[in-house]
Amino acid sequence: MIRSETWSKQEMEGAAMPILEFKNVSKLYNGSTKALSNVNFTVNQGEFISIIGPSGAGKSTLLRCINRLIDVSEGTVIFDGEDITAVKGKELRKVRIKTGMIFQHYNLVDRLSVVENVLHGTLGRKSTLSGMAGHYTEDEKKLAFEIIESLGLSEQAYKRCDALSGGQKQRVGIARAIMQSPKLILCDEPIASLDPKASKVIMDHLAEINRTKNITCIVNLHQVDVALKYSQRIIGVSGGEIVFDGSPDELTQETIHRIYQSSSSDLITDVSGGQYEQ
Amino acid sequence: MSSKQMSVFRKRKITYIAAFAIILALYLFSSLITEFHISEGVRAFPDAVMWMAEKLIPDAKAFERFPKILEKLFETTLLSVAVTVIAAVCAFFFSLLGSKTTRLNGIINRLVRMIASFFRNVPDVVWAMLLMFSFGQNILTGFFALFFTTFGLLTRAFIETIDEVSSSSIEALNASGADFMQIVFQAIIPSSVTGLITWVLYMIETNIRSSTLIGILTATGIGYLFDMYYKRLEFGSASLVVLSIVVLVILIEMLSNMLRKVIQ
Amino acid sequence: MQNYTISGGSEAALSGVLNTSMMEHRRNGKIRIKSHSRSNIAIRILICGLIAVTVLAFVTFDYKDIDFAEAITATLHNIKTVFIQPRLERDTVTGVLYQLLVTFCLGIISTLFGAVLAFFCSLLCAKNIAFPVMANVIKSVVAIVRAVPTVLWVLIFAVSAGLGSVAAVIGLTFHSFAYLTKMYAEAIEEIDDGTIEALRANGADFWQIVFQAILPASLSSMVAWTFMRFEINFTNAVAMGAAAGAGGIGFNLFMAGSFYFDLHEMGFLTYVVVIAVIILETFSTKFKDKVK
Repeated sequence: MIRSETWSKQEMEGAAMPILEFKNVSKLYNGSTKALSNVNFTVNQGEFISIIGPSGAGKSTLLRCINRLIDVSEGTVIFDGEDITAVKGKELRKVRIKTGMIFQHYNLVDRLSVVENVLHGTLGRKSTLSGMAGHYTEDEKKLAFEIIESLGLSEQAYKRCDALSGGQKQRVGIARAIMQSPKLILCDEPIASLDPKASKVIMDHLAEINRTKNITCIVNLHQVDVALKYSQRIIGVSGGEIVFDGSPDELTQETIHRIYQSSSSDLITDVSGGQYEQ
Repeated sequence: MSSKQMSVFRKRKITYIAAFAIILALYLFSSLITEFHISEGVRAFPDAVMWMAEKLIPDAKAFERFPKILEKLFETTLLSVAVTVIAAVCAFFFSLLGSKTTRLNGIINRLVRMIASFFRNVPDVVWAMLLMFSFGQNILTGFFALFFTTFGLLTRAFIETIDEVSSSSIEALNASGADFMQIVFQAIIPSSVTGLITWVLYMIETNIRSSTLIGILTATGIGYLFDMYYKRLEFGSASLVVLSIVVLVILIEMLSNMLRKVIQ
Repeated sequence: MQNYTISGGSEAALSGVLNTSMMEHRRNGKIRIKSHSRSNIAIRILICGLIAVTVLAFVTFDYKDIDFAEAITATLHNIKTVFIQPRLERDTVTGVLYQLLVTFCLGIISTLFGAVLAFFCSLLCAKNIAFPVMANVIKSVVAIVRAVPTVLWVLIFAVSAGLGSVAAVIGLTFHSFAYLTKMYAEAIEEIDDGTIEALRANGADFWQIVFQAILPASLSSMVAWTFMRFEINFTNAVAMGAAAGAGGIGFNLFMAGSFYFDLHEMGFLTYVVVIAVIILETFSTKFKDKVK
């Protein structure tokens, strides 16, 4: 039952397989404000991608078009070989089961315990009734505890989420996403509300999940240095358009300024010494 | 002091004077319309207090009736709790349709808010008189009269509570593929439960007071008992009714304050 | 997809160091997932208690052998008459609107009196500016005044002042005063202690502190509560007209409903009240936003 070392290597070799494809995607709010215009890109299985850009550039909208929390106005989104641009009901649920999501403000149910929040990751696969009642199988519970342990939250398992620190809450968020056994994890500003130490823990966990479980990660970030350090590929978004798509090495100071539409003195980031170990 | 600062102070002064003038005008106009004269009020007040101190004291006869008063008081309490609980259950499901966070149809949303507003604003005395025709002097008259108003009030309160509390976790569960009912039970209820209960406790308190009024109109419950003693000019017994209502309301207020602290 | 269902645990399972000691089991042997917080238990007990009381209520109610089906049918018929076929038969439209104005004015007077009295009283019982003993005494008295239903205040005052506007205003004022004192005091208690302390250090006297710090800081929430109370007082004034003969549109309602048994007229009057309240609500929401 358990995925073996060789199996995951096989999958690694097939990494060229595209898992997500955006074709000429545009998003209009209220029929006029353009949040995304003519976005095109392809994501391969197992990639770790950062999306950078100023606030309001359309990063969040872009991410939410993937699991269809936001409907696309024009264009096509293909996920896991299926056109999901207009799927509804059960089909949409299937897409969402396959994509985990992590939020800036964690979006946990504060009054429930850590385990319960992690188990929410299974709701998509459950019947309506047993999900309503919060009825989980023993196997699901064991798996939840294993995931909680792998994220170093054993001590907190029975605590209510409002008793946790920000970094711990975000780890619960990650655990909930892993519980879904997703193919793709979407992270919307996962470290924007955290201190540097907790941020590193979170990014390390994401990188490890990406490496060991071969889950594709797409991360919205506004810290360019973090994006450079962790990602295999960076997409720069500005004014709803993709202005850069390439590896971290290709990202120059000039490109960063183009993305953030600012002069060099306005930016704190310095990429000249950006020799980060991967 | 610069001229700009001067003008700010002046503006504030003018606003205060204008507000005072408007309030005074409103008062004068209102007293003209209602034929209320402050001199009359001031004169009547000490008399009333003197009268209360003299007559509004439970006498021996009142204490003979105490068991009956207690019985009605108990009935009123049960009625208030039952009305509030049933109305709360209905209002909860109704408010899900009216909440913005559940992202249901916009037209349904507006319709629900309109219906809630209607039930909230039709005075409970209207319901009471309307139901008197069909249910007569029955406890159910009071029940339904209180039910409609409570339902309207709680629907609005619940919509606000749900909107305030749970939008972020709803988004997360939506993203993980949970369906509507799962989201209701796993995200909306756990995150809003304390707010909802606070409202329920508050409505129980309010309904005990309202049921006195309804009782006077429909000749049921504790209100009827007061009205009867009052009209027979047996003020000793009437005062005991008032006292027991006061004790009950304060007890319930204290209890719900305590509960509110525990459930946070 | 099958492979993924289990892949979540692969890491820990592969490393073979799964530590399940933190898992706790329930009495039935299943793994516990809920937290044992005091508030969760309290909520469960409270909900069970409320349900139990509700059941007890329905069991013990004296229904007096009412024919339920018949009563419901009659009710629906009456609801139809009132809300679908409203018609003015005894009064003129101007007469009704005048009575509405009377009710409105009763609400205004009692809210004004209540607000003025409550403002001074709240200064005496807000914890951050008053003496603690006095604050507690006043708060208890106010709680007792608030516990008496408005209609009882009106009826009690009616004995010496006679049925009419004087008894209604005093009765409504009493309850408004008690309600607003509590709300104003809470608004004042929310003011940052530093503000008051700074003025005190500068040698400001009590009234200077009130008008320079307390009033500006808590004005907007006080105005909000006053408007809220005005809405309640308007509804209460309707009820007092009906239940305590206090005049205004409530009295017309009472006459239509309990004297002439004219449901059509009752419907018309009800719609007038509902529309008035909705206009009031919209207006006061707008005004409150402006004061903020």
